[in-house]
Amino acid sequence: MAYSDKVLDHYENPRNVGAMDKNDTAVGTGMVGAPACGDVMKLQIKVNDAGVIEDAKFKTYGCGSAIASSSLLTEWVKGKTLEEAGAIKNTQIAEELALPPVKIHCSVLAEDAIKAAIDDFRKKGGKTPDAAQESA
Amino acid sequence: MSTIQLPIYLDYSATTPVDERVAEKMAGFMTRSGCFGNPASRSHSFGWTAEKAVETAREQVASLVGADPREIIWTSGATEADNLAIKGAAHFYQKKGRHIVTLKTEHKAVLDPCRQLEREGFEVTYLDPEPSGLLDLNKLEAALREDTILVSIMHVNNEIGVIQDLEAIGNLTRARGIVFHVDAAQSAGKIPLNLSALPVDLASFSAHKIYGPKGVGALYVSRKPRVRLEAQMHGGGHERGLRSGTLATHQIVGMGEAFRIAGEEMDAEAARVLELRDRLWNGLDAMEEVYLNGDLEHRVAGNLNVSFNFVEGESLIMALKDIAVSSGSACTSSSLEPSYVLRALGRDDELAHSSIRFSIGRYTTAEEIDYTVELVKAAVNKLRELSPLWEMYQEGIDLKSVEWVAH
Ligand SMILES: Cc1ncc(COP(=O)(O)O)c(C=O)c1O
Repeated sequence: MAYSDKVLDHYENPRNVGAMDKNDTAVGTGMVGAPACGDVMKLQIKVNDAGVIEDAKFKTYGCGSAIASSSLLTEWVKGKTLEEAGAIKNTQIAEELALPPVKIHCSVLAEDAIKAAIDDFRKKGGKTPDAAQESA
Repeated sequence: MSTIQLPIYLDYSATTPVDERVAEKMAGFMTRSGCFGNPASRSHSFGWTAEKAVETAREQVASLVGADPREIIWTSGATEADNLAIKGAAHFYQKKGRHIVTLKTEHKAVLDPCRQLEREGFEVTYLDPEPSGLLDLNKLEAALREDTILVSIMHVNNEIGVIQDLEAIGNLTRARGIVFHVDAAQSAGKIPLNLSALPVDLASFSAHKIYGPKGVGALYVSRKPRVRLEAQMHGGGHERGLRSGTLATHQIVGMGEAFRIAGEEMDAEAARVLELRDRLWNGLDAMEEVYLNGDLEHRVAGNLNVSFNFVEGESLIMALKDIAVSSGSACTSSSLEPSYVLRALGRDDELAHSSIRFSIGRYTTAEEIDYTVELVKAAVNKLRELSPLWEMYQEGIDLKSVEWVAH
């Protein structure tokens, strides 16, 4: 399968790989996908008091397009408000990376991941780290 | 390392380069300065010399597999040989019964003709192999019925390289008068095969898996006991009516030469390839969470099929762009489905997804293997750094207990 230059670039030099403390109340964690389906994305955002995403990290088990989709997304969400980040559409990701039709699901997964991370952050906002644990 | 040419070819089970000796021989059977005649032309020397070349090749192929030359039928490859054997035998013997037994890990060239026969009203039992990839003879015996007319079990599996016990299987079928077909595309020239001493009735061969050209193969049709087939290709009545069509002299000569060379060099080559395979496995097995797919003992020398837990197969192939390997079978790697062969062994989808088949051959060097080991280690480590599953594994989380949001 031929990959676009942008996919290859993100795959070879993935941005923002890593993990943040999922018990930190400023951190929202979204984990989507399933190993049996061939892709799992974990996306984490760190949100400041103004509701702006200060930092984002990801880890992805999946094909090159899945890795690129999540890597790109971490770049995009940094500096955005939760509303702005939650409005990112999979089609924008697919277009930017020139994903072929069989890889569109990777961009869908990335959209799901940021939504799940935002949800997680909102759900545990202000709560103690302990109470937030099960959602991680 | 600087002498290594990239990418490194480690996909000899998909196909092999034509041996230079073979190519040279073939070149003499195409142009007007060579022998271009139609082997079926009976009225002039052009035809006679072509026929002679075809018959020499038939002897060469027969000799490698312990057959009588009269038992070899030329085809366009193992796919056609499988089709002719399975559909041909089923159609010929359908008055005796309409039940066929095969294995879930067969090549598509066997499974698809079986599916077609099912559409025609035949009944097919697809046996599960053991987790090792080998067939449990008790399960085979239990599946045989009064109306079973055909059993098709491959010799060497193309994905995992495991070798089935043809003698034991054939003893079961022969005692019951059931036709036994063997897809031997991956075994001919790699392990000894003496059909005259085996209870095998039909066997399929391909030239391009053993340094011959693509597009030519053969079907062995036993004479003692005599096995009958219904032709699938009708026309001028070539190959004793079993397979019409002008014989592709240059291809056939190439197959003959490839099989002749294999006969001479097989023992030494298999030993050398095995050493390289062990070197590769020892290198890879030093990593954590690496699983071998298929039995190690009953396995052809050139094949190593390995799953790397917590990394995904397609991204791994991408990271391994300097080596030409396949994830599952070459025929299926354009789809996103995990290998049906590994699934049939009972491998988790995750492990099936992350499998790589390395196949080693005539031109592989120790340097290439060492380079490959380092490359794979670096790629797997990089992808594991990226993998949330690896992170969870490191934290001691049982991935089976996690409720995944499937999509
Ligand atoms: C076991 C097996 N059977 C059949 C085939 C098909 O052979 P051919 O390409 O000659 O049609 C192959 C190779 O793809 C194979 O590995």
